[in-house]
Amino acid sequence: MSDNKNSIYSKSVVFTVVVAVAVIIGSVITAFVPLAMKDMHPKLDNLKPYTALQLAGRDLYQKEGCFNCHTQTVRPLKADVLRYGEYSKAGENYYEHPFLWGSKRTGPDLARIGGKYSDQWHIDHFNNPQAFYPLSNMPKYDWLASKPIDIEQTKRGMDVLGFPYTQEDIEALKSRTQLDAMVAYMQVVGSAVERKNYVAVLPEDYENAQNPFKDDAASAEKGRVLYEANCFFCHGVNGEGTNIASGITDLVDEYTSDGQIFVDVANGLPGMMPEHINIMTKNDIWDLVSYCRMLAAKQQASN
Amino acid sequence: MKELSGDSKIVLGYFYSGLVWGVIGLLIGLLISVQMWDAAFNFGEYFSFGRLRIVHTNVLAYGLGLFTIMGLFYYIVIRLTKRPLLFPKLAVITMWIYNIVVLAGMITLFMGLNQSLEYAEFEWPVDLGVVVVWVLFSVNILGTIITRKEKQMYVSLWYIIATIVAIALLYIVNNLSLIATLGKSYHLFAGLNSANVEWWYGHNIVGFLFTMPILAMFYYFLPKSTGLPIYSHRLSIISFWSLIFVYMWTGAHHLVYTPLPDWLQTLGIVFTMILIAPSWGSVVNGYMTVEPDWSRLRTHYLTKFFIAGITFYGLQTLQGPSQGIRAVSALVHYTDWVPGHVHMGTMGWVVLTITAAMYYVVSKIYKVDIFSVKLANTHFWLVLVGQVMFSITMWITGIRQGLMWKSLNADGTLLYTFMDGLVGNYPYWQLRTVSGAIFIVGMLVFLYNFIMTIVKGERALASNR
Repeated sequence: MSDNKNSIYSKSVVFTVVVAVAVIIGSVITAFVPLAMKDMHPKLDNLKPYTALQLAGRDLYQKEGCFNCHTQTVRPLKADVLRYGEYSKAGENYYEHPFLWGSKRTGPDLARIGGKYSDQWHIDHFNNPQAFYPLSNMPKYDWLASKPIDIEQTKRGMDVLGFPYTQEDIEALKSRTQLDAMVAYMQVVGSAVERKNYVAVLPEDYENAQNPFKDDAASAEKGRVLYEANCFFCHGVNGEGTNIASGITDLVDEYTSDGQIFVDVANGLPGMMPEHINIMTKNDIWDLVSYCRMLAAKQQASN
Repeated sequence: MKELSGDSKIVLGYFYSGLVWGVIGLLIGLLISVQMWDAAFNFGEYFSFGRLRIVHTNVLAYGLGLFTIMGLFYYIVIRLTKRPLLFPKLAVITMWIYNIVVLAGMITLFMGLNQSLEYAEFEWPVDLGVVVVWVLFSVNILGTIITRKEKQMYVSLWYIIATIVAIALLYIVNNLSLIATLGKSYHLFAGLNSANVEWWYGHNIVGFLFTMPILAMFYYFLPKSTGLPIYSHRLSIISFWSLIFVYMWTGAHHLVYTPLPDWLQTLGIVFTMILIAPSWGSVVNGYMTVEPDWSRLRTHYLTKFFIAGITFYGLQTLQGPSQGIRAVSALVHYTDWVPGHVHMGTMGWVVLTITAAMYYVVSKIYKVDIFSVKLANTHFWLVLVGQVMFSITMWITGIRQGLMWKSLNADGTLLYTFMDGLVGNYPYWQLRTVSGAIFIVGMLVFLYNFIMTIVKGERALASNR
């Protein structure tokens, strides 16, 4: 042992070299060798490099520390794909410098946020998340709308990352705000993977279906509770509509059957409304249909 | 003795620096804990959670943590080598440069200039500063060790050398960037490799900043403060080599169920399991050292700091590997369980060991007893209670949240919306704020006790003149 005067514990330089070797072996095998491995750089065919506006938005996502609370990786676990959508693929990450998978979900995962909501939804939500969810702990990002994009930084970023752009793309940034950039980024996240719901109802099964709780006041009341937790921020407290989505009366009039309302609420409308069949039972959705019909009837009566 | 030696003044300078950053980092921690349950406590862009959380972690790790560690390394090294510091002036210059670096780092993080890599958030100009500081520090420490008067290197020196080598490797590799502007760079590595290199760094920087240096202190100050020799030198040797070898393989356990190839995830998980053995080697060595006379927990106030500290280390190194297992990760990853885990290490193991070492050092330097053993005990219990409350509330709400995320209705749809899970955290997060406040009061008691000991020491020096 170290009682031996010639042991490694009495030779500091040799000792330091041996320590370096000991820590480098694991590093090389687990971190450095993968750098040269082909399957660590896969790319989905339809994955595109970020545009100047999208990169400006991604830079802001980094700047504001969004990754502290939002992950961007859907795990291949039932509850994850049910809540967020298709699980994350290796080939989506080709242009990610750095990766933004995060490590904490104080807020929901954002890997499939692109195309889930409308631009206007994002604009209003960034400005005041509490208008949507009164108990949300997300800070208001109301300064983004009044701030210009850092054009020089964006251009330099496009250059060092080797993303293609034109002078017009850069010029166009002058008329856009930081909020525009952030929304553009949100809408492109995860868009290389086809948007599909893990669960969905078949439209043909429900198109002509009757609401089993038609004209049931108790059902409409349950629907009201759901509406006030999930729907009011886009369709208005009394179904009068907002700048994000039309009012309930206008919408309901477009549907000839309750079943059609059911299908759209359940499956969502790409780019406009998220699906609900993943977080609501079928009866919940019928309750919402009951409440919507009631709201529409009320409005028509008052007109 | 008329005056403190130059080396002692250097050690104190590093302590003062660390304590200033510590107060800032802890208060920001308290603020962000409130922001978690009430968004109204976000005050504009510079004081919004997304920026402050990074300020909190970096100022505490690189300010409080690394400054006090460097100070204690100087102290330990000059004693174990039986010679003064090789370049004392350089140590003073290093201290001032590092203070500027941490200040620049903090300000730029407030401005939102960050690399978005956990624990490597400083942008590239600040990174360069950190590297310069680390080189200067390493030259001084390694130089002193190489020119030592005591031929045999004691265990603590092994851990100090490992810290210096590993942090240099980790910090430089993970901070390689494509530079766009003075305030913006992009990780050199893309996608899966960006993730893999970052967590190789992220896991090991915590290991070599908050494990190896603290073990160096533990092996030095436990026998010093108890008057009992380390139980087994052979166990020290086995623990050391297996710990530093195995550590570097484990980073991928942070990326379980991500798109990272399965073989890398599994390799990381397996080595994480193996890591339990060397970690507990030191835990057992610590316990067995005090085994001949447990009454020292009562009679030697510092003993209980070290034994509580190593106990948290033992718990940490059992809990950590368990979180790496896929089934456990599926439940607790991304929840508040994880901050609960991290804070047991930092607020328990690291803080208890470092503050005890600082008490010991300041009383040795001035050759006086500390200002108040009673206050040290108060500090101990407040920190302990605050820490335990913090972690337990986070574990409970982490499991609660993990279960709510995966609960299903009879028809296979999700039982709870995301908001349901979030709002359920609030009472626990409020309790966490209370726990944090208790912890901070404990730290302020420490600060007072520490400063008053220095005042006492200075008076003693003056009266001897």
